[in-house]
Amino acid sequence: MIRSMWALFKKDLQSEIRTRYAINSLGMFIIVTVSVILFSLGSEKLAQNLTGGLFWVVVFFTAMSGLSRAFVSEEERGTVMTLHLIARPTVILGGKLFFNLGLIFLMNSVTFLLFSGFFETFVFKSPDIFLLVFIFGNIGIAVAATIIAAIIAKASGKATLYPVLSFPILLPLMLIVIDLTKTSLEGTTYTDAGIELSFLACYDIVMLVISYLLFDFIWKD
Amino acid sequence: MFKKFTVYILISLVSIVGISFPIVKSPEKWYEFPNIPGLEENAKIIFFHVPLSWLAVLAFLMSTYFSIRYLRKKDFTDDLKSYTSAQLGLIFCILATVTGSVWAKLAWGSFWNWDPRETSIFAILLIYGAYFALRSSLDNEEKRATLAAVYSCIAFITVPFFVFIMPRIMTGLHPGSADDSTSGPVVSFKMNMNMRVVFFVSLGAFTLLYSWLWSLGYRALLLKEKFLKSQEGLEQ
Repeated sequence: MIRSMWALFKKDLQSEIRTRYAINSLGMFIIVTVSVILFSLGSEKLAQNLTGGLFWVVVFFTAMSGLSRAFVSEEERGTVMTLHLIARPTVILGGKLFFNLGLIFLMNSVTFLLFSGFFETFVFKSPDIFLLVFIFGNIGIAVAATIIAAIIAKASGKATLYPVLSFPILLPLMLIVIDLTKTSLEGTTYTDAGIELSFLACYDIVMLVISYLLFDFIWKD
Repeated sequence: MFKKFTVYILISLVSIVGISFPIVKSPEKWYEFPNIPGLEENAKIIFFHVPLSWLAVLAFLMSTYFSIRYLRKKDFTDDLKSYTSAQLGLIFCILATVTGSVWAKLAWGSFWNWDPRETSIFAILLIYGAYFALRSSLDNEEKRATLAAVYSCIAFITVPFFVFIMPRIMTGLHPGSADDSTSGPVVSFKMNMNMRVVFFVSLGAFTLLYSWLWSLGYRALLLKEKFLKSQEGLEQ
């Protein structure tokens, strides 16, 4: 099963490399957002506890503008029926999830690099904890965004609905992630951040399980 | 009919008793409520605000329950049941937010200041809003029922976190939050017997009100569907 997921992932990757639509548009999206923040700041210096929150705001909206393509593009190209024929629903969810995971890790690393470059105060006292937060947060966003994207694609690709539907689902994740980013900027320990980190891991697992359970219903018309 | 009158009598009883009985330092007579430190006279809102928030969550639970039933059996009436429950839940959720906000103005001095409890009720409002936005965007009945049911299931797993976990692990001003030592778990420790009786009667009365409204709304929706179907039949 993993192999067919991998095959689906490779197919998405190849069609992405051919057009480079998602990477180009998302890259531009990040640059535009960060430059808007820079313009609005002018010569002011951004306070340290604000940079963590702003980072996740940019991450959220980048995800919302890019991750719905995984399913919407299939509907647009009319290849849904072919996918129905060749693969089981679980395989399709897995393949799309791999692709979205790759995309979001790439995008957020770029955002992170830009933030470290432009904001002097975006320096972590405990980078190891932030790395964990970054990984768990990205996985959570990718999983929740993938299952919502499947719903959106069936609702004939209503793009404005995507952030509306995703926000309440992602809100618990975002609250914890923003809180942890703030504390890891100021410096924290594993014992202090333990409950929040384990909550993030639980969120990822619960989302993965519920996506796995419910995807069949979305996918079968 | 019987249910209607029971609800009427119980809710008027709770309103009269809850508002008129005095709050005193050391209650002796049967009609006196104890003084809860940190809440004082504002404590009376507990008879209305807490049942309303309880119903906002209960209605959501029922909506999800019928969604799951719809996904299992594909019975169209289950979708209508789920939809009715969500509609009522939204009304109760708005009422709970408004009463909570009024209380916050009196107790904390501002209508809204992103206390964990306020964040959580806001998130539930958002979930209801997203649910209705999704429903209204879909024309095909079967698709609408399935996707709304799936969304309601996904959204429901975040609710326990908002309602039960977050307000208790984060520090906040709402009675019952993590650092609250004065007015801690209000229901179990700080209320005396008569206050508890009024509180649970109120909880029961509001739940009954919900179930009456729900069956009314469900039957109305069912008739509307029937009417629309018969009209379609006439046109053909």
